[in-house]
Amino acid sequence: MITKKIKQHFPIFRAHPNLAYLDSAATTQTPQVVIDAMNDYYAKYRSNVHRGLYDISITATEKYEAARKQMAKFLNSAPEEIIFNSGATFGLNALARSLSPRLSHRDNIVLTRMEHHANLVPWQEMSKHYGFEIRFIELDPTSYQLEPNSYNVIDENTKIVSLTQASNVLGAINPVAEIIKLAKQKSPKVYTIVDAAQAAAHLPIDVKKLDCDFLVLSGHKMYGPTGIGVLYGKKIMLEEHLEPFMFGGEMVSDVTYERATWNEVPYKFEAGTPPIAEAIGLSAAAEFITKIGMNTIVAHEKRLTDYALEKLTPLVNIIGPSTPSPSQRRGRGEVSRLGVISFTIPGAHPHDIGEIVNRAGVCVRVGHHCAMPLHKHLGLVGTARASAGVYTTKKDIDKLVSAIKEVKKIFG
Amino acid sequence: MTDALYQEYILDLYRHPRNKTMLKNFDFTRHEKNPLCSDEIDVFIKLDKAEKITELGWTGEGCAISTAATSLLTDYLKNKSKADISKLSTEKMLKILGLPKITPARIGCATLGLKAINNAIK
Repeated sequence: MITKKIKQHFPIFRAHPNLAYLDSAATTQTPQVVIDAMNDYYAKYRSNVHRGLYDISITATEKYEAARKQMAKFLNSAPEEIIFNSGATFGLNALARSLSPRLSHRDNIVLTRMEHHANLVPWQEMSKHYGFEIRFIELDPTSYQLEPNSYNVIDENTKIVSLTQASNVLGAINPVAEIIKLAKQKSPKVYTIVDAAQAAAHLPIDVKKLDCDFLVLSGHKMYGPTGIGVLYGKKIMLEEHLEPFMFGGEMVSDVTYERATWNEVPYKFEAGTPPIAEAIGLSAAAEFITKIGMNTIVAHEKRLTDYALEKLTPLVNIIGPSTPSPSQRRGRGEVSRLGVISFTIPGAHPHDIGEIVNRAGVCVRVGHHCAMPLHKHLGLVGTARASAGVYTTKKDIDKLVSAIKEVKKIFG
Repeated sequence: MTDALYQEYILDLYRHPRNKTMLKNFDFTRHEKNPLCSDEIDVFIKLDKAEKITELGWTGEGCAISTAATSLLTDYLKNKSKADISKLSTEKMLKILGLPKITPARIGCATLGLKAINNAIK
């Protein structure tokens, strides 16, 4: 069980003892172990990887490759299926650029109505060049879950299905494995991509169970550093389907003035000096999560989410799934939504909500949360969003609730 | 206790915005967006032959600060000249709004209407 003592792992709460940080969906706070892991690299063995023959370079290479192994363990993949990059946005852009040239105007790709801009705009841009159609799995406007009747947008011409594991606005968790299975039945050559940026710190991720071809995540949303992320690809995909998208040092095997051949996977996708300290930091973050235990985290955040929904429902309009009744609850250890709660207050603009709750030391995100089309689709200008992490306590929720009462007093 | 930011006149302008209407006949219009909070605004400006502003209107959804600011700005600019618009600064806008000490995070809200009007006449 997670207690409030967990805050001691996060130096930010020493710097700001009264901080009610409810913006983990935007970025999570950093535990000391992650800072220490990165400091160690900079202070004790900083050097480039895969290049030097001297001791500290060997240490750096070992630690960097150990980080790859740790991330592989975290996702249940093989180490060579893990590519380090700057984050989920980079991963999705790389996939869009690398896979789209295989598509034509006869093809379509399928996304969902709840995608983050990072899993929408790269495809829009590629569609301009390659002419493929972009289709959307619809959203049920009352349950805020994907509408299974609209899975039929996937047909034999669907070449890519790319969807988020959980919505960064609604908190809804998508039946990703089910949709991937269906997509592969309807279109055996489809490439399947999971955007796990929002889910990575809050749900167990098993790429074998998902059976996805690719998956992306961002370190900074899972207690890791900024500027680091992972692109997972099935080995056969990385070897035979995905073309390198960045060129330079490290990713090559042989270079002449005329041409070059590529290094083996995963190195052919890691051109240039990688974010070494950040990869090591991310690995420490994954270890931090694993040590607490993902099931413990899921249970902790579920308790908080249920509590927050119970307290907030009478005060605000929740834009997302409500707490399921006991009969609707899934199997043990499964949850129906993340601790990401977007809401509106009639008569108070989200920006004003954010301003007033900030006065009480409560950090929430306001606006469209990088999902402008979803907000327009739901007829909303914007929302305020409170989101939980391992360090979130009931006291943080209580502070939010009393700050919302203040908003309603001013704008009532 | 009065709220330094959400003063009664600000809240009143938020609930009852001024000049919030789409003009049918106008000389200049502009759509502007605040990327931070995704507020959107459209402004419409009508001039007479001497380039004096005869009518100003705006539409859009904004927070209390941007709604109050645009309301007061459009009031202020009536009967002023087109040249007067380009003379307006952020400081002047905050003065018109009556909130000279607004936090940096809210300056974008306070100046959204000004930015739209400025860009409209460019």
